[in-house]
Amino acid sequence: MVNNAATLGRSGVHDFIIIRVAGINLALYAIFLLGFFLTNDVNYLSWKSLFSNLGMQVFTIITLLSLLAHVWIGMWQVLTDYVKPVGLRFILQLALNAAAFSYVIAGLVILWRV
Amino acid sequence: MKKQRPVNLDLQTVSFPLTAIASILHRISGVIMFVATGILMWFLAESLSGPVGFANVQELMGSFLAKFIFWGILTALAYHLVVGVRHIVMDMGYGEELDQATASAKFTMIASGVLSFLAGVWVW
Repeated sequence: MVNNAATLGRSGVHDFIIIRVAGINLALYAIFLLGFFLTNDVNYLSWKSLFSNLGMQVFTIITLLSLLAHVWIGMWQVLTDYVKPVGLRFILQLALNAAAFSYVIAGLVILWRV
Repeated sequence: MKKQRPVNLDLQTVSFPLTAIASILHRISGVIMFVATGILMWFLAESLSGPVGFANVQELMGSFLAKFIFWGILTALAYHLVVGVRHIVMDMGYGEELDQATASAKFTMIASGVLSFLAGVWVW
């Protein structure tokens, strides 16, 4: 069995499952938000009340964590295919994962203040 | 050295099958959305910061550039989502034959094209 330390899962099969489960959650969130935009008169009050809801806050944080897992694996797949020098790939993946982590932290802080 | 070895590496004569194009676009749309999430997080923060921030976002979304970027993000999302669903359907063992895969790749392109058009209508 081939293990690679730079990706998220413990094995390819683990990665396979994580990226799909996370992807399904991301799809559901996108469809939910689209539904909100299409069925509501979106103004500051309705927008704020949506994100003040505990369920929506949990859904948003889970979605950002799904995004972190999804891009960690997805970017690893893309980088290992196209960026061959290990040092450069290491730096790129570190930067991209740091950005993905930042999205999660930003989401937590934004929702904390709503 | 044998003379009959294949030496055709002229990329002009080699073309990607539709399934390969569907795959590479899936990657490109994913990378685009990853970067775009940074923009979306800023929009979320500003729109929830207060009535003034929300009005700022509304005003910004009135500009052509912002609408165009938003339309681009929605197009990447539509494509990535449709092809992602195709991926999962194929994981479950459906449509794995070459002709079926080509047909479903064609379908995802058409479907996401339609969704992209609808997104454009919605944004403008």
